[in-house]
Amino acid sequence: MKYVGKKLVTMFLTLFAVTLFVFLAFHVISGDPATSMLGTEATPAKVAALREEMGLNDPVLIQYGRWAADFLKGDLGVSYSYRMPVGEMVLDKIPVTMTLTILAFLMMVVIAIPFGIYTARHAGGVIDRAIYVINQVIMAIPPFFSGILITLLFGRIFKLFTPGAYVSYEKDFLGFVGYLFFPALAIALPKAAMAVKLLRSSVIGESKLDYVRTAYSRGNRTSDVLYRHVLKNALIPVVTFLGMALADMIAGSIIIEQVFSIPGLGRILLTSISNRDYPVVMAIIVCIAVLVLVVNMIVDLVYGLIDPRISVE
Amino acid sequence: MMMPEKEEILTVNAVNVFYKDSRKGILKKNNQVHILKDISFSMKEGEILGLVGESGSGKSTLAKAILGLIPYEGEIKQSSSFPQMVFQDPYGSLNPAKKIGWSLEEPLKLRGGMDAPQRKQRVQQMLEMVGLDEKFAERYPNQLSGGQRQRICIAVALMQEPKLLIADEPVSALDVTIQAQILELFEKIHREMGLSILFISHDLRVVYQMCDRVMIMKDGQIVESGLVEEVYFHHQSNYTERLLKAAGIETN
Repeated sequence: MKYVGKKLVTMFLTLFAVTLFVFLAFHVISGDPATSMLGTEATPAKVAALREEMGLNDPVLIQYGRWAADFLKGDLGVSYSYRMPVGEMVLDKIPVTMTLTILAFLMMVVIAIPFGIYTARHAGGVIDRAIYVINQVIMAIPPFFSGILITLLFGRIFKLFTPGAYVSYEKDFLGFVGYLFFPALAIALPKAAMAVKLLRSSVIGESKLDYVRTAYSRGNRTSDVLYRHVLKNALIPVVTFLGMALADMIAGSIIIEQVFSIPGLGRILLTSISNRDYPVVMAIIVCIAVLVLVVNMIVDLVYGLIDPRISVE
Repeated sequence: MMMPEKEEILTVNAVNVFYKDSRKGILKKNNQVHILKDISFSMKEGEILGLVGESGSGKSTLAKAILGLIPYEGEIKQSSSFPQMVFQDPYGSLNPAKKIGWSLEEPLKLRGGMDAPQRKQRVQQMLEMVGLDEKFAERYPNQLSGGQRQRICIAVALMQEPKLLIADEPVSALDVTIQAQILELFEKIHREMGLSILFISHDLRVVYQMCDRVMIMKDGQIVESGLVEEVYFHHQSNYTERLLKAAGIETN
């Protein structure tokens, strides 16, 4: 209980820092929401009047305070450019980005663990070396570019999916997941490559420790030593990485949503930033920050399960 | 006093160990490093044999060869079941993710032939034997002190009831008061279980206290061996003299 309370306080402080930072950053960059709202009708007089009406002439901290007070009351404000409540706009985008991220995360785990164990067991062999080279290449390709390559290869050449033909999860959930498969792969691949490398070196490093030698001296077979002794300990650094990777994937999906035209959080975030649509941007930032913080909390709890030395209390 | 002739428990005959130098270069051929050179000795049942030498002399390699953990050339004959080993570092020798009870039970599971209640009972007996409370079975290694962990390591090694125990610098990582307690424990199990112990150490004082016979090793060769008193006070090799002098033991 004490742990949860502590975590909630940290979470609150982090959210405060993140939102304040984003709010301030927005006031440093050039661009004016009133101007972009008015578009072609923007005359200096109209812009000034609208700015006054929107409260944009007040000091930054007062504006932040106003936003924060509304946010705590559950009022996310109204989008400047879409003229609709931000809550509504963001809410139905969250499942899209979440599904994409979770799918990518699962792919990463499913790829990384068997390959990591295999390469560690057969370190120095032909397959290990081949995977090493492939890994290096995959790690060097950023997701947006592998996204383009995947679209070309699986979309255009093999015709396994139709680029751009996004299916809404409300209409056809399986079709929706099917469409997200390749985008998720683009996000997962570089992270999986890193996780393979990390797990391989973690298993190899762990195998050199004294307790492993002791386990052999008791008459354990190699596979017993690997699965009963080494793996659990070797997974600890990998879990840290998987947690960080998951947090990173939430952000990474923003780019990939652009490449595959997926209407998730990422797309409205990007358009809202260019429209200087603060309420929308702030809401999405809060969403992403909360997701990242929750992921970190889950990782902490998983630690406690696999490593008795790390107890959450 | 004449001791009755005892059975030989371990015979090592002309054992050689090579390590491949893994640093391969384009211009370098596969270099082999000769770690153990023609080692021969034997151990009798119930004997404590000291193995002394500086770091890198091949003591631990010899222990690993006897356990069959590394490949070797030559002949190693054991009259009894698989020997067990106690290692230097009690902090690293136990799996940090497993409870003490699990680690103690594992050798019994590997050997088979006991059901769960029998194994539990054996674990309790062994904890008592090494002077620890039965509650320790529920703890994790990080909750134990160095001395307690080394007691656990000894207990784990004794679970399969070996006739031969190899102790590789078993007290070097412990502080002096704990060292004395662990050495006492070795003497106790030697006395009560009639165990033979190959006691590897660089500490000549500890070896003097513990062992019947001693072998001095240098660069993969045994340079001198015999009863402890003989080797310490009537040594033949200059190297032995240097070791004794360095340890501050007056030899004349």
